[in-house]
Order: sequence, then C-alpha cells, then structure tokens
Amino acid sequence: METWINNLASFIEWLPQVHLAHFLLLSAALFSLGVYAIITRRNAILLLMGIELVLNAANINLIAFSRYNGSLDGQTAAIFVIILAAAEAAVALAIVLNIFHRFSTVNVDEVSSLKE
Amino acid sequence: MPEQLLGDITKFLPEITLTVMFLVAICADLMFRKSPQIVAGITLTGLILSGAFVLNQSGMNESIFGNMIAVDPFAVFFKVIILMSAIFVIVFSLSSVELQTASRRLGEYYSLLGGLALGMMLMAGASNLLMMYLAIELSSVSSYILAGFTKEAPDSSEASLKYVIYGGLSSGLMLYGISIIYGLTGSLDIYEINHVLAQGSVSGSALAIAGILTLVGFGYKISAVPFHFWTPDVYEGSPITITAFLSVASKAGGFAVMIRFFKGVFIDPSATHLPEGMWASLSGFEWYHVVAAISVVTMTLGNLVALWQDNMKRLLAYSSIAHAGYMLMGVVVLSNEGLAAILVYFMVYLFMNLGAFYIVMVIANKTGSEDVEDYKGIGKRAPFLGVALTVFLISLTGLPPTAGFIGKLYLFAALLNSGWIWLAIVGALNSVISLYYYAKVLRNMYLRSEASEKKTEMIDIPRVQVATVLVLLVPVIALGLYFTPLVEMAQASVKMFGSP
Repeated sequence: METWINNLASFIEWLPQVHLAHFLLLSAALFSLGVYAIITRRNAILLLMGIELVLNAANINLIAFSRYNGSLDGQTAAIFVIILAAAEAAVALAIVLNIFHRFSTVNVDEVSSLKE
Repeated sequence: MPEQLLGDITKFLPEITLTVMFLVAICADLMFRKSPQIVAGITLTGLILSGAFVLNQSGMNESIFGNMIAVDPFAVFFKVIILMSAIFVIVFSLSSVELQTASRRLGEYYSLLGGLALGMMLMAGASNLLMMYLAIELSSVSSYILAGFTKEAPDSSEASLKYVIYGGLSSGLMLYGISIIYGLTGSLDIYEINHVLAQGSVSGSALAIAGILTLVGFGYKISAVPFHFWTPDVYEGSPITITAFLSVASKAGGFAVMIRFFKGVFIDPSATHLPEGMWASLSGFEWYHVVAAISVVTMTLGNLVALWQDNMKRLLAYSSIAHAGYMLMGVVVLSNEGLAAILVYFMVYLFMNLGAFYIVMVIANKTGSEDVEDYKGIGKRAPFLGVALTVFLISLTGLPPTAGFIGKLYLFAALLNSGWIWLAIVGALNSVISLYYYAKVLRNMYLRSEASEKKTEMIDIPRVQVATVLVLLVPVIALGLYFTPLVEMAQASVKMFGSP
C-alpha cells in the first residue's frame, strides 16, 4: 500500500513537468478510445467519430515529435491531415445521409443486403 | 531553388495534365449536363496525353520536389498500367447499361475517374511518407464516391458505406504508424529514414509496431487478408466498371507504394556481400516474414471462399484477393528478380482481369444478371463471349498457352531461385484450387443448358464491344506465346531512385 502511494506521489510530481511522454500518453489514449469506438459502436456516425479520434491521435504524435525533434515536417504533415480529415468527413457524411434515405437507419449491422 | 522547382515541374507533367483535365472536365460537366460523352471525351484525351508524357519519362531516374516524388522506371511502369486501365474503364463505361440509371450525374462519374487515376499515379511515385498518405487518401476519397455512384441501388450505397468505414479506419492506423516512424527517426523522407535506421540506434520493437500499423494501410489498398473485409461487398455492390478499375489500378497503386516503402525504408544499402540483384533487410524489423505470412493467408482464403460464390462479381472479387496473394510472394523474395516477376504479373493481370470483368458487364447488359447460374447456355447463345471468357478464366488460373501462365512462371521461378520452396508449393496448390471455381463457370456456360425455351435465343453484341473484347483478348494470348519484350521491359523497370 505504501509503495503504491509513493508511486502515485511520484507520478503526481511528474505530471506538471510537461514532457514528450505526456503527449505520447495522451495520443495513445485517444488512439485506443478511437479504435475501441470503431470496434464496439454500430452507429455509422459514431464510427466516423472513432475514425476522427484515431486521426487526431496521430496528429498529436506528429506535432509533439515535431516540437521535440526540432524539425517542422511533422507540423506540416498535421496541417495536411486536418484538411484531409475534413474532406473525408464530408464524403463520409454524404454517404451516411444517402444510406439513411435508402434504409431509414444508420446502424451498420442492419445495412447488409450483401452477404457471403 | 526556383530554377530547381521549375525544372521539377517539367518532370511532373503527367500529373499536371491529369489535374488540368480534372478541372476542365468539371467545368464541361456544368456546361454540357445533357451529354456526358463530352466529359468522357475530355477525360479520355487527358489520360492519353498524360500517357504520352509518362512514356516520355522512360529512362529518367530522378527525385523531384525535395524528394517528395520519384520519377524512375519503376514508377513509370506502374503509371502506364494505371493509365491503361483507366482508359479501358472509360471505354467500358460508355457501353454500360447499369450506369444509365444515373445518367444525369454521368459527367461527374467521368471526371472523378480522372481524379482517381491521378491519386493512383501519385501513389506510384510517392517517396515521402506524407506524400504516400496523401496519395492514398486522394484515391480513396474518389473511390468511395464512385463505389456508391449508382446511389439509387441499395447495394451500391451499402458498398460505399462499408468502403468508407474500412478505408477511414485503415488510413487512420496507417497514419498513426507513420507518426511513430517519424518520432523514431525524425524524418518523413524515406531515404533519410533509411539512413537513420542503418545506424542501428532505433528500437526494433517500436519500429516493428509502426511498420505493421503502416502495413495496414497498404494491405487495405491491395485487399490482403486480414484487411480484405471490404473487398467482396464493395466489388459486388459497385458498378462493374468501378469494380474492374479498383481490382486492377487500385491494386497497382497499392503495390507500387508498398514496395517503394519497404524497399526504400528497410533495405540495407551497404550490404555488398550479396549476389547482384539481391537485397538485404536491415535488422530490427524482418518485415518479409510478415509479408510471407500475409501472402499465404491471402491466397488461401481468397481461393477457398471463392469456391462457393454464386455471383460472378463476388467470385472475381475473391479471385482478385487470391491474385494479390500471389503477387505478394514476389515481395517476399527480396530480389530484383521477384520485383520483375510482380511487374510481369501486373501487366498480364491488367488484360485478363479487365477482360473477365468486361464480359461479365456485357452479359449483364443483355441478361440483367450476374449469377453464375444464369451463365447456363451462354456458350451457345453468345459463342464469341463464351470463348473469350474461357480464355480469360484459363489465363487467371495460370494455364498455358495464355499470358497468366507466364506471370505465374516468373513468380515461381523467382521464389525457387531464392530458396522459398515451401511458399512456391503453397502457391502452386492454390492455383489448383482456383481451377475448380473458374471451371465451374465454364461448365455452366457449355455443359449445362437452360431449361426454359425463352432463354435460348442468340445474344447479339454490338461491333464496338466485340472490338473492345478483342483488344483485351489478343494480348492475353500473344503474351502467352511471345513474352520476351514484356519480360525485358519489366527487368529494365525494377530500378528505383536511391536504391542500389
């Protein structure tokens, strides 16, 4: 119990000194949440939100590495990714809207006329 | 610097031509909404012009725009394949009945096809991780729209939904992998990354995770198992013309970018003890073991599941998964010989696969069905189509005297020469399995006859379509008999910028 409290205390001390690892932890958490959402959710809109989380996790990585590596490539890449994510979201939402018109549902499990 | 950029622009002409063509096609579509043939003509002209510029680049071996894009024989070969299949697909689309259900939006269809071809051309040349990602996304976004183009059909809408979700996830995973590689090496440029990795200070396990995440993006493009889930549904639901294009050009782009990534990043340039044409992988991440495993699973699953398909498009979808598996065997070999075998295979695959899809489309135009059951008696009702489809399917199986045999022959030869005997055996067994489902179609065409009287009249085909089939059929037979020029061309095209 005591060592656990000591560990927690040192973790709390470590937190405010912002480091590369903090950003990587944040992005890993976002990435896992995104993948989790894609695996568990069946609503097409929520799936798209999961994909956005994954993309933004990668963005955080790119920008953090760029900041700590001292090269600008990562930040440039992040800008491109943001633009592409918007383009992809526009197309994806149009497709989901079309699905809603045809099937009156956005649940991906119910939209399945094509089968093995 | 500005002189440098201006000089680079002249080497970027094929892509610029396609971009201009894309913009002109959009404007033309606004003006001539009633006659989409005009837009088709503009796109076709742009593709042919771009093809002329690509051929003009043969022999060039340079890197342009600060190592963003490589203009080398390898890229030129794939660009030729992509442009040829785009031209064929536009010709196919002009005679498609299925697309007429959306005739008011056909102009958009042709202009998007041009945009899709542009994305794939960029994939063939990209030599920077950001550029690779952008090129893959450009082609993906266009193909999401095209897959759902006949949006009145529920199948097509469903296909595009599945495509966009799988596509979004795999490109997200790939980007995460790229961001880790960037963190480990501090660069997005593949030559620079290779340089840093060669010093050996990068953690192997982190690199392996990043490499596998990046592989997801490529695996999705070439529909390798286990990233293939979208393939059967998208191929079945999309318009046949788009299915044909995705199965050839999209795979070509995917293979080009994947081979350049692995060869550019993970090949040890300083290994001099090897015989000429062989490569050595940098220690830390032995990616070719991963690729070998994926290759075996891909071809086996593709062939086994194809056995009980009763829709022609779905059957050809699984067959195209299996073909991706065969071609991955060439990536495993780690030699110029294996790479040349992939190039030969791709050229052959272009003709035989497009041919098979075209005949499925022509028959569906007349009978309105893509079911294997409805192919009963086709051999008698449309003798020419029957014979042509037979040749294409025999070629897909890989039997002589067709071109498919030559493609397989070179792949297996490359495998045997570098000691991957077990992999060659698995590949050969898979070819035997594939014979069964191709032969099932042939049996239906010739040996089974339709019971009802109604369906015995002859199907007659317009001359233009006969000519198109002939254009695809002649190379399949000719390349099977006289293949030296193709093989020599492939061997000259394995050279990549910045690789030994």
